[in-house]
Amino acid sequence: MAYSDKVIDHYENPRNVGSLPKDDANVGTGLVGAPECGDVMKLQVKVNPQTGVIDDAKFKTFGCGSAIASSSLATEWLKGKTVDQALAIKNTDIVNELSLPPVKIHCSVLAEDAIKAAIADYKKKQGAEGKTVEKAAQPTA
Amino acid sequence: MSIKLPIYMDYHATTPVDPRVVEAMLPYFTEKFGNAASRNHPFGWEAEEAVEKARKQVADLIGANAKEIVFTSGATESDNLAIKGVAEMYREKGNHIITCVTEHKAVIDTCKRLEKEGYRVTYLPVQKDGRISLDELKAAIGDKTILISIMTANNEIGVLQPIAEIGAIAKEKGILFHTDAVQAIGKVPFNVNDLKVDMASISAHKMYGPKGVGALYVRRRNPRVLLSAIIDGGGHERGMRSGTLNVPSIVGFGKAAELAKAEMPEESKRLSGLRDYLNDKLHKNLDEIYVNGSLEHRLPHNLNISFAYVEGESLLMGINDVAVSSGSACTSASLEPSYVLKALGAGDDLAHSSIRFGLGRWTSKEEVDYVADKLTSVVTKLRDMSPLYEMAKEGIDLSTMQWQTEGH
Repeated sequence: MAYSDKVIDHYENPRNVGSLPKDDANVGTGLVGAPECGDVMKLQVKVNPQTGVIDDAKFKTFGCGSAIASSSLATEWLKGKTVDQALAIKNTDIVNELSLPPVKIHCSVLAEDAIKAAIADYKKKQGAEGKTVEKAAQPTA
Repeated sequence: MSIKLPIYMDYHATTPVDPRVVEAMLPYFTEKFGNAASRNHPFGWEAEEAVEKARKQVADLIGANAKEIVFTSGATESDNLAIKGVAEMYREKGNHIITCVTEHKAVIDTCKRLEKEGYRVTYLPVQKDGRISLDELKAAIGDKTILISIMTANNEIGVLQPIAEIGAIAKEKGILFHTDAVQAIGKVPFNVNDLKVDMASISAHKMYGPKGVGALYVRRRNPRVLLSAIIDGGGHERGMRSGTLNVPSIVGFGKAAELAKAEMPEESKRLSGLRDYLNDKLHKNLDEIYVNGSLEHRLPHNLNISFAYVEGESLLMGINDVAVSSGSACTSASLEPSYVLKALGAGDDLAHSSIRFGLGRWTSKEEVDYVADKLTSVVTKLRDMSPLYEMAKEGIDLSTMQWQTEGH
């Protein structure tokens, strides 16, 4: 299968690989996908509570090159965006940017899901202010 | 010695034609171009003589009589001919066929077609080591069983089935026994009489011969196997396979068989040594890697390993100067991981993480070193970005996690 140059670039030099402290109240974590499907993405955002702007984003992905590139690209795009702007990112934007072929569209869908899950986790924590949030990284079934 | 990139380590998919084979073939394209079925002039005689020599060379490799070799277009056709040919010929005797879940698609899909035509097929499961259980085979046999078709060596995991034992059971019960021996013949000793095999599918391009030619061994006595042809026409190959013989390729096939027979003892020892070296080196460098299928009952040149927490396609992308194949879904159009690895009960996640290495006649130790080193660095890099590896290291049991799988 031929990969686009952008997919190869993200695979060779992934941006923002790593983890943020998942118990931090300002960090939202999304974990989507499943090992038996061949794709698992963990995407984290760190939001500045004063401004609502995403200061930092990190990812770790188990998946094909397109899944790695999709999540790497997502972290690049998230930084500097407000939470609402982040929620406006669509999987089709990722498909277009990375020139993903039809069989790889699910990778972009997963990245969009990961963004939404991370922000939902952040919002949940903010709503549950002062309470301990257990197992923030645990995905819902 | 310098290494030429990319490195080919996918000898189960196909093999290059040995230059000695090419040399043997060349005259049969031009000056010796006759039709082997032309009985009334020297062009035909010359071609026929070449075909008969090749037939003997192929027969000698498997301990058969030359008259028991039917040339085909390849092993897919051989599998079809054996299974459909027996099914039709012996329909009055019974309608039950026994095969196995890890067979090549040429066997499985042929059996599936027969099921639609009213035949009953038992697909035996395999044990964790990739081999069938002989007790389960015996239990599956009934009054209506006419054929057992079990491969000699698996194309993905290289596991050798207990062919001699299956042959003995089939003989005792009076059931015909076919084996797809494509990956094994020319690589490990294979004798149709020792193994009590009634039919065996062979392919030239898996043993340094040309593509587009293969054979079906069909036993002529004790018992004499009768087959209905699936290709009708001029009655070539004793009526079992019509069509003008592909003389240059058949000549190459014969030469490849002769070379395989002569070089097998030395070559298999060298390749199993390199394979074990690759396996040891990878195990030394990396944790949580697993060999799929039995190492003991295995082709000398095969290794199939799952690299836990790393997805196969991303792994292949990282070693793009090495030609290997993966059991990962993403490498095929089907989006399903390897059915062979799933049948071992390895779990889909490990099936997604697998790489098949096929070593061959021109694999060098330098190449093995290069591949092992490259894999080590790529697996390490990918694990550093794998959420699964991170979670496993934190002590989370991934098998008890509730994964969000909707929509995938």
